[in-house]
Amino acid sequence: MGFEQNKDLLGLRELSRKDIELILATAMPMKDIIRRDIKKVPTLRGKAMVTVFYEPSTRTRTSFEIAGKYLSADTVNLAVTTSSVQKGESLRDTIKTIEVMGFDLMVIRHAMSGTPHYAARNTRMKVINAGDGANEHPTQALLDMFSIKEKKGTLDNLKVAIVGDILHSRVARSNIYGLSKFGCEVRVVGPSTLIPPEIEKLGVKSYYSLDEALKGVDVINVLRIQRERQQVGLFPSLDEYANLYMLTPRHLLQARDDVLVLHPGPMNRGVEISSDIADSNAAVINEQVTNGVAVRMALLFLMMGGSKDEIAD
Amino acid sequence: MRLLIKGGRVIDPANGLNAVMDVLLEEGRITAVEKELADNSAEIINAKNKLVCPGFIDMHVHLREPGQEYKEDITSGSRAAAAGGFTTVCCMPNTEPAIDNAAVASFVRERARKTGLVNVFPIGAITRGREGNELSEMAELVAAGCVAVSDDGRPVMRADVMRNALEYAKMFGLPVLAHSEDLHLSREGQMHEGYYSIIYGLKGIPAAAEEVMIARDIMLADLTGGNLHVCHISTRGAVELIREAKEKGIRVTCEVTPHHLILSDEVVDGYDTDTKVNPPLRSEEHIAALREALQEGVIDCIATDHAPHHRESKDCEYVLAAPGISGLETAVASIMDKLVSPGILNLEQMVRLYTTGPAEILGIDRGTLSPGKVADLTLLDPKLVKTVEPSKFYSKGKNTPFKGMQLKGWPWMTIREGIIVAREGEIIG
Repeated sequence: MGFEQNKDLLGLRELSRKDIELILATAMPMKDIIRRDIKKVPTLRGKAMVTVFYEPSTRTRTSFEIAGKYLSADTVNLAVTTSSVQKGESLRDTIKTIEVMGFDLMVIRHAMSGTPHYAARNTRMKVINAGDGANEHPTQALLDMFSIKEKKGTLDNLKVAIVGDILHSRVARSNIYGLSKFGCEVRVVGPSTLIPPEIEKLGVKSYYSLDEALKGVDVINVLRIQRERQQVGLFPSLDEYANLYMLTPRHLLQARDDVLVLHPGPMNRGVEISSDIADSNAAVINEQVTNGVAVRMALLFLMMGGSKDEIAD
Repeated sequence: MRLLIKGGRVIDPANGLNAVMDVLLEEGRITAVEKELADNSAEIINAKNKLVCPGFIDMHVHLREPGQEYKEDITSGSRAAAAGGFTTVCCMPNTEPAIDNAAVASFVRERARKTGLVNVFPIGAITRGREGNELSEMAELVAAGCVAVSDDGRPVMRADVMRNALEYAKMFGLPVLAHSEDLHLSREGQMHEGYYSIIYGLKGIPAAAEEVMIARDIMLADLTGGNLHVCHISTRGAVELIREAKEKGIRVTCEVTPHHLILSDEVVDGYDTDTKVNPPLRSEEHIAALREALQEGVIDCIATDHAPHHRESKDCEYVLAAPGISGLETAVASIMDKLVSPGILNLEQMVRLYTTGPAEILGIDRGTLSPGKVADLTLLDPKLVKTVEPSKFYSKGKNTPFKGMQLKGWPWMTIREGIIVAREGEIIG
């Protein structure tokens, strides 16, 4: 039965179009729950989940936590940087310790690509990748796709431009994998030092000119630019970056009239996105956050919902 | 003690032999290689359907002793070598302390002598503490039995130091073994930079990180007339640079590992840390170039870069995992199965790459079956099919991406100085 049989969600690369559709369809009623006065359903009562974040994060961690709570799962957050790592414990032992406390599902974020895969191999818990290095951030891409589908009515055959640091972006990779499964034309645009040439082998088109990349697009996904990339010499200054790649109202003229602007947050206003755009009607940046909770509720439900037999008990 | 090896196919490239012949060994020496030898007092080994070759040499292994005996020691490494069909290995100086002085070199020689399974020649450090600044006392290292110098594991980043090393080592006829890596280009790299590093989201190590250093060192070898040997080449550009240098008459040799000849960067999928190695597994185009260079003779020898690691160094996040592959016990079988069986290399070429190739680079009196020479022999069973089972390795390092692979053509017997030290993959005595 599609996704329900998967133990883990590690990336969109290995997820089928059918599975993505199931998750997005399940997220719709979840979004209704969030809007209710009483935002709690008993679906996951008796289930326990833990978020283990090896990288600082506010919105993703909070989003998973509240998604679990709306579904009545017991939710615990582990701030790893302040505990076991300082004591020199290996990841494998940390995971084992968590597992034997009885958790059903672990949400993990890590600065190193492949760490959720390593975790998944070493535990019976179900594992959700909440972002690993420059590899994938599947739930972000799922919420982006949910937001697009909600506004556009479809995901099929859209033109989507992803702007910024493609080289280091897990959000870009997951979006590329996900959108490609719906026949979207995905374009990536940014400075040449942050656009690896091999990226085109993933079926995307790469651009160095923002104006060119935005011609006729339905969606623009603006990535957060990280200051440390400038420090290691990948571009000369934030000023120059902003001059070349900051999304402003002028750029939107290139895109379709009903273009949608996404940003995974947190935003650097005045660097990759101008306030005019961030606060415009084209931007759905705040709604993305709500959709993130809905999509994560859908995932938790699909992964921990249990069988029909259990419900019958 | 006399051994008569009867009925095997003798492959001895140095003497142009590839025929069914008998080999007589007496008092640790080869005394005759002829058809239909008879000797009533000798122990007879029936080598029918086996290949009888000079003892295989692996000029690039890490035995970890002294200092990291939890990864490997000279005894376990010697056992792995003998079981893997090698009679001679050269061990790299990245030990703790480093082999940068006579005392440590002598210690390694003495420990190897006591183990007594294979010849172990130490390689001395190019620079004190392998720090890349001051030259080590090479005369002393030579006197203590070192056959080459290398800072392997690290490049000599300073061009002036490398120049002096090539110049100085020339006096002793010592080859300088270069680990070619520009550390600024490879910084934080986890795998080959290319399509798959994009897919797996891991920081890539471009081929150029290796090639710029090889280009530099070739120019320095040309400048100094020194004897440059490039370790574990892995790229098309490396092949082209070395081919061109050889054509110009510059003294440069090179080696390639079995894993760089056989496995591509695609196998990093799933983040199996056993695939992490430096230089990294490259893409198919590089593999094709390396294979072509082997056939042409641009590459002088195959060496394993045997890098055993403890489980904890590999059972972790990919980025944190130590690079390296435990190679001694799969080297021969992987080359037999993946290169000889499909006809990419013929048997003479393969034997040359494991015998006269490294012997000539190092200037050691090994690698042939000429009567009078030391009786080091490697016998292969070209028909034997076995699955790679790391848990059965003699090496303490179980880290191999070849695990679970079924391979055809394995070492059958290892004879060192006329004594059988391993038989059918098992150590004798």
